[in-house]
Amino acid sequence: MTTGQGRLLLQAAPFLRRGITTPRLMTEVIIGMGPVMLAAMYFFGLSALLVMLAGVAGAVAAEWAFGKARPRGASLRDGSAILTGLVLALTLPPGIPLWMAFLGGAVGLALGKSAMGGLGQNMFNPALVGRAFIQAAFPSVLTTWSAQGNINSFFTIRASNFALPFMHPAADAVATATPLGLMKFERQSTDLLHLLLGNTAGSLGETCALVILICGVIMAIRRVFDWRIPASILLTVAVVSTIVWLVDSSRYPAPWFMLCSGGLLFGAVYMATDPVTSPITPRGAWIFGAGVGVIVVLIRLWGGLPEGVMYAILLMNAATPLIDRVSQPRPFGRGRVAA
Amino acid sequence: MTSLPIYKSFRHGVHPHEHKEATEHLPLQRMPFVERYVLPLGQQLGAPGKAMVRVGQDVTRGQMIAEPGGYVSVALHSPVAGRVVFIGQRRHPNGQLVAAIEIEADPYSSQQFVASPPPPVDAMDVSTFIQHVQRAGMVGLGGAAFPSHVKYKLPEGKRCEKLAINGCECEPYLTCDHRVMVERPAEVIRGVEILAAKLAAGGSWIGVEMNKPDGVESLRAHVRDGSRINVMPLAVKYPQGAEKMLIKAMFGQEVPAGKLPLDIGIVVNNVATMAALADYFDRGQPLIERAVTVAGPGVDRPANLIVPIGTPIREVLRFCGINRDTRQVIMGGPMMGMPLATLDAPVLKGTSGLLAFTEGAVNHPTEYECIRCGQCLEACGNFLNPSRLARLARAGRLDDLEANYVMDCMECGACTYTCPSGVPIVHLIRAGKLAIRHRKATKG
Repeated sequence: MTTGQGRLLLQAAPFLRRGITTPRLMTEVIIGMGPVMLAAMYFFGLSALLVMLAGVAGAVAAEWAFGKARPRGASLRDGSAILTGLVLALTLPPGIPLWMAFLGGAVGLALGKSAMGGLGQNMFNPALVGRAFIQAAFPSVLTTWSAQGNINSFFTIRASNFALPFMHPAADAVATATPLGLMKFERQSTDLLHLLLGNTAGSLGETCALVILICGVIMAIRRVFDWRIPASILLTVAVVSTIVWLVDSSRYPAPWFMLCSGGLLFGAVYMATDPVTSPITPRGAWIFGAGVGVIVVLIRLWGGLPEGVMYAILLMNAATPLIDRVSQPRPFGRGRVAA
Repeated sequence: MTSLPIYKSFRHGVHPHEHKEATEHLPLQRMPFVERYVLPLGQQLGAPGKAMVRVGQDVTRGQMIAEPGGYVSVALHSPVAGRVVFIGQRRHPNGQLVAAIEIEADPYSSQQFVASPPPPVDAMDVSTFIQHVQRAGMVGLGGAAFPSHVKYKLPEGKRCEKLAINGCECEPYLTCDHRVMVERPAEVIRGVEILAAKLAAGGSWIGVEMNKPDGVESLRAHVRDGSRINVMPLAVKYPQGAEKMLIKAMFGQEVPAGKLPLDIGIVVNNVATMAALADYFDRGQPLIERAVTVAGPGVDRPANLIVPIGTPIREVLRFCGINRDTRQVIMGGPMMGMPLATLDAPVLKGTSGLLAFTEGAVNHPTEYECIRCGQCLEACGNFLNPSRLARLARAGRLDDLEANYVMDCMECGACTYTCPSGVPIVHLIRAGKLAIRHRKATKG
């Protein structure tokens, strides 16, 4: 018997593991984003697919190139680069030139993650770093929202997708305003049903509120992410915008409009929940979500931009170490202790 | 199930797969006597015993062969009738060489236990009772092997308001306590009655996780009317058998950090220890055998065995049909147990399980970067921040570790079990605690 030869394996307890690994969590988020990706393709046709591929390609290329410089080598195996690329692509307009999506993915990964030390070390959500880069570098692109096609125009690819680097993209044939843009600049609300079903203008992944909501609930139940973060964001937005709306409902949008329009749901479910850049403590998750919610409402109602989810999450990412510090749990058997 | 009752529990913790189905229905079975027994003098927490026999001496089954080596120490008895053949260094399951007595069983002995019970326990005064417990070699059978009499000696001014009996058996695979509750309820209850009387306990509660409904029923059937013993079903959760978690689950009370249950008037003991108490005071049998679960994919015939203390582990595994390609053997449960380097080491008083794993069943977790998912925080029954502790331990930042309450960690391993990044959190924490203790010791 081999066991007599003194070749028994020595490891440290515990010998059982839950069996849910980090790559599996990443895969679950990607699967949990599947319906959103399908909806994007349904509404925006093949353009959506191309933008997603470009975003993923940029992120994976940067992970591969910069990962080699890290002591532990490239970590494509954890799947986080693919996720970053996908999340970024879903926040972009369908008509964006593909090279910009690629560059956004690469910059987000390189600056937002690799430069900070790789997975687990980054302070800001890499997908949002990529988007912030695009917004800063090519502001007009992120304010040009092409209208949705229909199922018959699925194979009609937007010409602007193929604009050459640093050339002016050809103006999109049908440009329209997003519901938030309509609200901000023309005080015009959009029908709730349209917001829920997604047939409005907007980024690839943000238009269909219902799909995001359902996916989010399923992922929360499967403990893919901390449910407290989206719950806290949505709750805060609902409460704050209800108060404002009650004060003057002729000037300010209704809370359901605030909840279902723009990138709020997508951001709350797929971006704010990034564990690396959000607080690790349960109480911290509530604080983080409340902060995001308040900033979103502030920017949307009183800021210069129609949408503020990106900056809200990035700002709260920056506050995360501080939140963690003040929200440590009270250890068992100890009274209230100073943080 | 028609309704879903909510049972009590503590907050946080994890739900590992139980793996108890292979043995939970198997009745306790006696392990046959083998040729040789190895009895390390230090089986309990505290000081090792002092040998009272010499090589060549004949001993009877249950005869004391070592006396307590101090106050926090207990006696040791021969598990068989036979002859002392060796006194010297033998392998402890933890891999170290330790002082031990080796006894060769008398092949012609019937191995009948010749009873010489102590005087009637009901009339005994408390200090005599405590002496008897120490001389009977009693230790907690849950795994830590803490000398029982030390727990029973209430310091001046302390009262035992509640006697909590631990029947959780929250470690996966282990079912020996379960079988003791199902098959020896009379002895368990009798042990509780004896102890509750001697401690003048306000009441006694036996906490049993609800994956053992037959254990709850069988104990309840033996509780006499009007006695102040309550059998309390608890939700199934790990690590509910940790005494502070058990107290929280049963009574909602938190033992202050760094204090003992007795500081809030509670004494905690394991169910199997209760049966062992009854065995001694009613039949005169000191602690010379215990129930052990032998399981895991590496054995062909999993079992709940009554094993004489000192039986070489190799013999026990052989009896259960150990698989040729067994790669790992664990003493205790899979969450807090100890991996064995050699099977020559014996079963100890604290051995609750022997688990054999084949290569395919051994876990080789890949380590990824911590993604700060926070699942370890929600696993930790002590409400610590295991992720941060692991990071600090890796960096050797001992002061910061202490400031983050690392010494409160009970090393249950729930954080590591749940970690998706395969970080050996509890191992790093153990190393950090060791370094802190070492620093304290060397600073004087």
